[in-house]
Amino acid sequence: MPDFVCPYVWKKVETGGGKLSFINLKDKVVQVKIVYYGPGRCGKTTNLEYINRKFRDQIQSEMVSLKTHGDRTLFFDFLPFDLGQIKGYEIKIQLYTVPGQVRYNSTRKLVLKGVDGIVFVADVMEKQREKNIRSLNQLHENLQSYKESIFKIPLIMQYNKVDLKEYGIPVLPTFVLQQDLNSRLQVPYFEASAITGYNVVATLKKIISSTVVSIQKKLL
Amino acid sequence: MNYGIVSQEQLEQIEDILYQKLVKFGVDSVIIIDMAGNVITVKDNGKNKYNIYSFAALAAGNFATVDAMAKLVGETEFSLLFHKGQDSNIHFSKIDDELLLISMFGKDISLGFLRLNVVEAIEQIRKVWARQG
Repeated sequence: MPDFVCPYVWKKVETGGGKLSFINLKDKVVQVKIVYYGPGRCGKTTNLEYINRKFRDQIQSEMVSLKTHGDRTLFFDFLPFDLGQIKGYEIKIQLYTVPGQVRYNSTRKLVLKGVDGIVFVADVMEKQREKNIRSLNQLHENLQSYKESIFKIPLIMQYNKVDLKEYGIPVLPTFVLQQDLNSRLQVPYFEASAITGYNVVATLKKIISSTVVSIQKKLL
Repeated sequence: MNYGIVSQEQLEQIEDILYQKLVKFGVDSVIIIDMAGNVITVKDNGKNKYNIYSFAALAAGNFATVDAMAKLVGETEFSLLFHKGQDSNIHFSKIDDELLLISMFGKDISLGFLRLNVVEAIEQIRKVWARQG
């Protein structure tokens, strides 16, 4: 973050695609909203649960989950934590998931409001191929409704459930996923397994750094 | 209303309004948040122990849900959004399209009294915001 010599307390900062973030210049706090997006049962909540377990000592507050009795996300999961300071600014990361089920698009849209960075979690199971593509297309449309662009917002691809290969379950090779989902976007991607934790933290670190850099650029 | 930049002086004035109109009369805690769930400012009686960031995320979600329900049934909005508990109550009020004022209060204050004060506080806050450059 640059050193501000600014009389203002709250500054709304453009971070691309018309997105505006809030920086509190009085308390020196930056709130960063990162949303995990993807089709139903792809592992968005599992990502957050792993992060919550792994960093339990550093996360002061409880993870909030709004789910159905069947353990499906109904509205969102929310996990806030402090990243520490960058150039004197306290960075507050707020992780959200959206509900993946098709019929919940109106709530997915609500969660996307004011988003700073997105992790798109794709399910590598062969039979989910179509759903991944449909979900990504809908993300594109949902962002447009907030005058955001999927091509401008910090975005990371996560190809989740790679561990299923070992159990003989047919999975899509990474080059196919790249072709399907990332040929135009060209964003960083990770093969991952949210259930075992493989590359969950790597994904998180990458989206945080991309998002913070994007906010920083707009401030400089 | 453009609320993008608020000077330190303006924020202090807003905090003062929250104190004079609400906290002074026994409201436990007042939070201003935006619709994305960001905390803009908090004024309380020093006794609150909950996580305001989680609270703000849930409150923004709750308000957005009720707003969407209103539209579904043909209302532009439900003007009263209020949750009553045994010991504490929560009242939501829209400042503008982007900002919400949330008051938490106990048994000692009546809802009517709170609502009157919230309306006055919001009018004053809007004036302060309108002065920004």
